[in-house]
Amino acid sequence: MDALNRAKRAMPLAKGRAFKFGDDISTDHIAPGRYFHLRNDLPKLAEHTLEDADPTFASRVKPGDFVVGGRNFGLGSSREHAPRVIRECGVAAVLAKSFARIFYRNSFNVGLPALVCDTDGIEEGDELEVNLGSGVIRDLTKSTELRFTPIPDSMRALLADGGLTEHIVKHGTFKL
Amino acid sequence: MGQTLAEKIISAHSGGPAAPGELVIADVDAALVQDGTGPLAVRELEKAGKVQAAHPERTVIFLDHASPSPRKELSNAHAILRDFARKTGVIVSEIGEGVCHQRMVEDYIRPGDLLVGADSHTVTAGALGAFATGMGSTDVAFAIALGKVWLRVPESFKIELAGSFTPGVYAKDLMLTIIGRIGADGATYKSLDFTGPGASGLTMSERFTLANMSVEAGAKAGIFAADAKTKEFLTEMGRPGDFSPIAPDTDAVYEKTFTFDLGKLEPTVSFPHTVDNTRPVGEAQGIKIHQAFLGTCTNGRLDDLSIAAGIVEGKKTAPGVRFLICPASRKVYRAALDEGLLGIFVDAGATVLPPGCGPCVGIHQGVLGDGEVCIATQNRNFHGRMGNPEGFIYLASPATVAASALAGEITDPRRA
Ligand code: SF4
Repeated sequence: MDALNRAKRAMPLAKGRAFKFGDDISTDHIAPGRYFHLRNDLPKLAEHTLEDADPTFASRVKPGDFVVGGRNFGLGSSREHAPRVIRECGVAAVLAKSFARIFYRNSFNVGLPALVCDTDGIEEGDELEVNLGSGVIRDLTKSTELRFTPIPDSMRALLADGGLTEHIVKHGTFKL
Repeated sequence: MGQTLAEKIISAHSGGPAAPGELVIADVDAALVQDGTGPLAVRELEKAGKVQAAHPERTVIFLDHASPSPRKELSNAHAILRDFARKTGVIVSEIGEGVCHQRMVEDYIRPGDLLVGADSHTVTAGALGAFATGMGSTDVAFAIALGKVWLRVPESFKIELAGSFTPGVYAKDLMLTIIGRIGADGATYKSLDFTGPGASGLTMSERFTLANMSVEAGAKAGIFAADAKTKEFLTEMGRPGDFSPIAPDTDAVYEKTFTFDLGKLEPTVSFPHTVDNTRPVGEAQGIKIHQAFLGTCTNGRLDDLSIAAGIVEGKKTAPGVRFLICPASRKVYRAALDEGLLGIFVDAGATVLPPGCGPCVGIHQGVLGDGEVCIATQNRNFHGRMGNPEGFIYLASPATVAASALAGEITDPRRA
């Protein structure tokens, strides 16, 4: 699945369905603390992705789909496992009105785009097309178009390398 | 131009005046990971071929979240971390030594330091006048290996404090009030400077409570000036030489200022399931509880235990209520033992747990049953936080938690 993800991420254009969530989705919703013992087994932990927000998510999501949140997505603990399990499910990007700081940083560090945009008009199941290059999100179901806030250059550099570890392996140090 | 505390400390670690919004590569003085985030950090360093530590004597691995380990997977995670420490010379804080943030401020952090930790409440050390912030495993992994981290210099908010607390009102009530006012994402990406006569009047333990919960308003850091009280604390911890003063410039520029009068506050409670869902304790009065929990990096220090012991002394916990006490560190545990506080708790029918995170994150020790209600001194009440999404967590001060444990329902400590 990892290779598939990487291939998907390399493509600036991604297409998939929206899984819609509300405001204040915390890292406890995304990677619940009661699965602490699975943290060293990401594929297993990923079976519980977003379980406390939507118990059916992990069984329904397909590679290329999108997680769409409201305000302050990813608040709470620093657990990087949260964006990692989302990525492990093959999610192409997370869209939200705003992100909690550590989640935002972790997402790019693990190679998962976190895009800030007005998600109000997007509904569960909408077919989306996201162009990472141009910054345009098209809701094919609703025939609407919106833009996401440009990704800072440093984050773009991390994404291009596939994440922070890959960035350090490639450059030996920080080249942001 | 004057600088805020965050700007001062980041400037000193990145070789130039750091202005808000800028991206810098900063030198790291100290780093921490814990047993939940550490194994992933180790794995990334192995992947990158960088199993090394730039400052092993100030890099600490904490076995505190699952402590002692309740299952084999976690025991194996602990083994991975001990092995990494053997290879790199970093420090292991073993089972029973306490919660990472309490131990960092007791033994490792100095004013002016730049600390990164793979735990969101790393912000606690801001109370010592350090820039301390939480990040993910991979960020901290490379901070450990290379001694560097990338940072966006945050804008700062000024939290201006005046007055002093009335009886029954504590630092926790103040911080819950602040978060209720600012909102759970009101300070996202920002650093908070706690200033004013109300701030200098606070004890170090109270400052730790405030700094600890800065992240619950979204903040990247929450910092106090290092003053006479900081010096006294470091001296008590046996490290007087680690003190140096630091304060924000009087002409520092703040994006926003919030003012709070400590004398006007009431005991405050966060209702499930968000920390900023705060109300005066009167609105929670009478809500039946099944568990009361006193501990954590927010409120598991000696003064917290002592306030609670003062309330329960000679009394009994309400029938059917589990009252759990978890000292934040071995130092706190020992002092509570010496002062007779643990005896008071045991006589009141409470259960004393080993130093560590205890039930806070829902791994062991005090997981809630379906529909059960807990009142806790911890910093988070998210859905599922204490191990069960069907549980309900109310956050409050040690006094409110102790008074509620006796009454069997949420109670204003001023009535106890
Ligand atoms: S006590 Fe709770 S909040 Fe503090 S570090 Fe442990 S799990 Fe986190």
